[in-house]
Amino acid sequence: MNAKLADRIATVVFYLIALLIIGILAGLIGFILVRGLAVIDWHFLTSPPSTMTAGGGVAPQLFNSLYLLVLTMLITIPLGLGGGIYLAEYAKPGKWTDILRLSIEVLSSLPSIVVGLFGFLVFVQYTGWGFSLAAGALALTVFNLPLTVRVVEQAIRSVPREQREASYALGVSKWQTITQVVLPAALPGILTGMILAAGRVFGEAAALIFTAGMSSPMLDFTNWDPTSLSSPLNPFRPASTLAVHIWKINSEGIIPDAKEVAAGASAVLVLAVLFFNLTARALGRWIHKRMTSGS
Amino acid sequence: MENRATSEWATELLRPDKKQRRLELQGRLMTLVSAWVIILTLFSLLYFIASKGISTFLFDGVSLSQFFSSEWDPAGTPPSFGALTFILGSFMVTVLAAVISAPLGIGAAIYMTEIAPSWGKKILQPVIELLVGIPSVVYGFVGLTVIVPFLRDVTGGPGFSLLAGVLVLSVMILPTITSIAVDTLQSIPRSMREASYALGATRWQTISRILVRTSLPGLMTGVVLGMARAFGEALAVQMVIGNTDNLPTSLVQPISTLTSVITLNMGNTVPGTVYNDALWSMALILLLMTLFFIVLIRWMTRRGEGR
Repeated sequence: MNAKLADRIATVVFYLIALLIIGILAGLIGFILVRGLAVIDWHFLTSPPSTMTAGGGVAPQLFNSLYLLVLTMLITIPLGLGGGIYLAEYAKPGKWTDILRLSIEVLSSLPSIVVGLFGFLVFVQYTGWGFSLAAGALALTVFNLPLTVRVVEQAIRSVPREQREASYALGVSKWQTITQVVLPAALPGILTGMILAAGRVFGEAAALIFTAGMSSPMLDFTNWDPTSLSSPLNPFRPASTLAVHIWKINSEGIIPDAKEVAAGASAVLVLAVLFFNLTARALGRWIHKRMTSGS
Repeated sequence: MENRATSEWATELLRPDKKQRRLELQGRLMTLVSAWVIILTLFSLLYFIASKGISTFLFDGVSLSQFFSSEWDPAGTPPSFGALTFILGSFMVTVLAAVISAPLGIGAAIYMTEIAPSWGKKILQPVIELLVGIPSVVYGFVGLTVIVPFLRDVTGGPGFSLLAGVLVLSVMILPTITSIAVDTLQSIPRSMREASYALGATRWQTISRILVRTSLPGLMTGVVLGMARAFGEALAVQMVIGNTDNLPTSLVQPISTLTSVITLNMGNTVPGTVYNDALWSMALILLLMTLFFIVLIRWMTRRGEGR
């Protein structure tokens, strides 16, 4: 075959591959939104699921997903910042740093079901909490922390050396340079990465089946006492999230409208992911603009 | 008099310094603690999963050859706990998903970096990022409502099958492979392409003989990472593959994987029983496979750097 013809054919094939992938995504999102948006209404978002009959909603699951995300972020952000700063600013090449990097690599590639099983042993059984939001948040931390550390480290490393040197030249100490000069400059990258990580946490299910559990107790949304069992704020109550709910009703659900509820919940999840994605981009751009042109 | 003034002046100078030093130490300590948390988490995870996983062999008297046989009959008398069927199921799903996904992912990466760098990248990049973000249960749900009924109509079988799992997984691991392939291809210096074009090579010749060959370790790293993801994926696979304990013999047959067996049975078995311990042994296999994939990736990256 002559080389020019082969080149033509290859080009066409690459175009087809690109089109196929865009087609798959468009089909996937289109399918979920078309099926799901038909189901989502105020009633769906604000009423509890039903166990036997059709017409239940996802209110507690939606709340649990958001609350779990907040709890996870409360633990992950300080630890992630600490780990990231350590790797970018303090770590010296050597055995100990190698072990740390390897740990991050292994933790971030572990299957989430393995993380879930570990959480089940340690946070559900040994602590005696049982299936609980706290156990779920800790398991999600295990799975989110390595990502966050990487994001923070990368963002800090991308801050130009000159900024640090200017700060040191003024006699500012290392820690103050980190917190007052480097961190603000790295903020757009850190925020963008963390929001994307939040999107992943929001849709996670396998790690939660064994830690936060697959059911929610009846919640009383007027009860804001975090120690009460029916309070939505109680971190030691079992909680199923949107993603876990989708899995559960599809694999063992007995409600007649399982497909509709799953479609609605999937659409909410995908919209949330889209929202996280767009927010992360917009926020990154906005901060970047403010930091580079203003002051 | 003069002496006192000097010492006051000295303490004045020293005081903020002391405070400064404390702050410095605290900051350093805080970051060090975070780093330790990560290492301790990993080691306790390895310890807990491994100690649960080996008790099947140490205390329950199941031999390794029994565990790696294909006889799975947890309710029988005597019960048998051979997990080979599920291990094979996991491997088949993973390998087949990679076979579909690798050419597509690498092709997309080549398209993005070599063929339509300007607008093609602008569209494909966010598409790939979105594919990463879609939760795995949503992939499972779509597989369940679109792929399974479609396969049922076409093949006449149950629809829940190895093939359904492979199709769902190949879409899920596509973005992993693509984004790593893009990074690898972008890191190849321009001069290499220019040298090839200067010799009169066509674009396809440059891509196939220079670019792909130079970046092979990087491309393979992407594929292995995708396989690691496929091997450990639990819920999406469990929803579409049917979960029967047959040895996988045909593409359209329902099968089980390690992850699907664990997901379905961990909650229904009593802790401390042989059945439950056998599930932990399967989790240990998942863990060991992850470690294996990481070693493989490290080996390939080192080979890539050695060139």
